[in-house]
Amino acid sequence: MAPATQRLEVTLETQLESVDLAENIVTRVAEAAGFGEDDIHKLGMAVREGVVNAYNYGNAQDPQKKILLVVEFESEQMVVHIVDEGRGFDLSQVADPLAEENLLRTSGRGIFLMRAFMDDLAVRRWPTGGADLVMWKKLPHRAAGNGRS
Amino acid sequence: MALQGTCRDVGEVAIVDFSGKITLGEGSAMLRRMVRELVDGGRRKILLNLADVDYIDSSGIGELVGAYTTVRGANGELKLVHLTKRVRDIIQITRLFTVFDVQPDEAAAVRSFR
Repeated sequence: MAPATQRLEVTLETQLESVDLAENIVTRVAEAAGFGEDDIHKLGMAVREGVVNAYNYGNAQDPQKKILLVVEFESEQMVVHIVDEGRGFDLSQVADPLAEENLLRTSGRGIFLMRAFMDDLAVRRWPTGGADLVMWKKLPHRAAGNGRS
Repeated sequence: MALQGTCRDVGEVAIVDFSGKITLGEGSAMLRRMVRELVDGGRRKILLNLADVDYIDSSGIGELVGAYTTVRGANGELKLVHLTKRVRDIIQITRLFTVFDVQPDEAAAVRSFR
């Protein structure tokens, strides 16, 4: 597999302010990558939800812990990693917020929104430890090339 | 912009005009606080005007749901009016149109309270 050609890595503090910061970083990167306004908003929201998860659950609001935000560009897609110091979780075990019995819950919609806004979502172990919430978004259509084969 | 809310009355209906973002932190906490204060003050007909709310995350949605159950628990009614497109889209995809009474305009909303 060809290596990612561009990569941005930011270490965030486990604090509420990091949620806005991560969202702002990703929306600016998405804009520079040529995403439209709607997709920029979706990317920002998905990252917001991911960092909130890392803050609340992965790092249990512990200010001693860090959140790693990594944005990579592969040939066809933008890949975002949100890495916390937790154990991770099984996506298939997350309760369905659309189920009738869950509609009046005041939490539990973050993963659902990430799935709705991104093309794909997975939870893995980060190579150096911690839980990696990774999400993919296909890059916007590029204009036609210069005609050279 | 941080969430701001101001309250006004139209007859028995308490209308809260919000502006800004309803997101995790002070914004969502303020919404919770204002609705709780209204309910504690005996108000049972509450309308949330979201015309100037351009952003809501899952925490904000959670607070809206919490506000709804708080008011319903006190035998009151909570309704929403003037959803922006982004808020409407979130409420749509989370199936919360089956929970919230979303009114088309303020006059219709005020009339709709029992």
